[in-house]
Amino acid sequence: MIPEGSLLVARDLHKAYGPTPALDGAEFSVHPGEVVAVMGPSGSGKSTLLHCLAGIVTPDSGTITYDGRELSSMPDAERSALRRTEFGFVFQFGQLVPELTCVENVALPLRLTGVKRKEAERTALHWMERLEVADLGHKRPGEVSGGQGQRVAVARSLVTSPRVVFADEPTGALDSLNGERVMQLLTEAARSTNAAVVLVTHEARVAAYSDREVVVRDGKSRDMMMEHTV
Amino acid sequence: MSIGHTLLGLLESGPCHGYDLKRAFDEKFGHDRPLHYGQVYSTMSRLLKNGLVEVDGVEAGGGPERKRYAITAAGVTDVETWIKQPEKPEPYLQSTLYTKVVLALLTGRDAGDVVDTQRAEHLRLMRALTERKRHGDLSDQLICDHALFHLEADLRWLELTAARLDQLATEVRS
Ligand SMILES: Nc1ncnc2c1ncn2[C@@H]1O[C@H](COP(=O)(O)OP(=O)(O)O)[C@@H](O)[C@H]1O
Ligand SMILES: [Mg+2]
Repeated sequence: MIPEGSLLVARDLHKAYGPTPALDGAEFSVHPGEVVAVMGPSGSGKSTLLHCLAGIVTPDSGTITYDGRELSSMPDAERSALRRTEFGFVFQFGQLVPELTCVENVALPLRLTGVKRKEAERTALHWMERLEVADLGHKRPGEVSGGQGQRVAVARSLVTSPRVVFADEPTGALDSLNGERVMQLLTEAARSTNAAVVLVTHEARVAAYSDREVVVRDGKSRDMMMEHTV
Repeated sequence: MSIGHTLLGLLESGPCHGYDLKRAFDEKFGHDRPLHYGQVYSTMSRLLKNGLVEVDGVEAGGGPERKRYAITAAGVTDVETWIKQPEKPEPYLQSTLYTKVVLALLTGRDAGDVVDTQRAEHLRLMRALTERKRHGDLSDQLICDHALFHLEADLRWLELTAARLDQLATEVRS
């Protein structure tokens, strides 16, 4: 059963690195505007699931459907174009280009799709304002704090107005206060643009910003909300 | 914590005398508060009346401590329902949650299920608190934060307990 109105759906995903399976029949679905937390112990396959959903990693078997299109049957070029224009990414750390200023970092995804510098940086500044880091525009990532850097990264993930934001432990390196603020701003921004968010986290306080949680254990997934309503 | 469910769960491993049941309970769950015999017998007679256990044999000499109890099919269902049912998130849940995880492992059930269902229940409340925090004033935020950190601590402890006991159970079985 594919949940009605889903934007991104994965069925029966399998992926092994060598002999040990990282995904073993995982399922997933998310609606536009919905924030879904992917939870589970370390090594359970959460990041592998996210990478498959985002078309970064190809599963050994199973299907991923984005907006009615089968990801695995797309040519590589089309899949990368999708990643650039319709998907946004936030990771735990190490994602900003150190040689670029913060505003150049935020503008980068737009520049890669051919948007002119001036326009790209104007849109970038808009998102930096929403993430409360507009004043950091001309600093380099090495000159800002962890919490500020992560807000810059969130601004960058939203700059193309993606339809899906993939966030893998986005608050993992932050203290509680900064983590809360990043989650608040990320979920508010995503809701206001009707973007779906796939949020990998092992922290319940972070998952509490989601609409529902999917638990991954030993490469298998459980949709807790579905089990409760069935 | 439900003594009735705990005794029932212990009986799932096989029929047992009242005395041995008390000993098993004290050893696994009664560290600082062993059961009184009176509690065991009143609990067992209630379980008997409700059809959750049956008398499997009586040794000569009479006396309730000589009765051997066995769990009935209805009793197994009762344990199953209890273990699967999440607890209402509130302070001082640890002994109940600990008991559920240990009994799940002892009876060959999945302790991860206990964790997942309880997490879902906790998260339901945590989402409501997070939402309240979003719209509330500073004092609302502080009160909600306090509750959120405590609920998260419950879950982290439960996850760690389940992982540790699972490892322990694997070691014991192998
Ligand atoms: N690129 C890789 N090469 C080899 N093994 C990997 C790779 N990525 C993940 N794994 C393995 O797959 C399993 C799941 O990993 P991962 O998806 O990163 O888990 P999680 O994000 O839940 O911690 C782990 O056993 C991990 O060691
Ligand atoms: Mg990971």
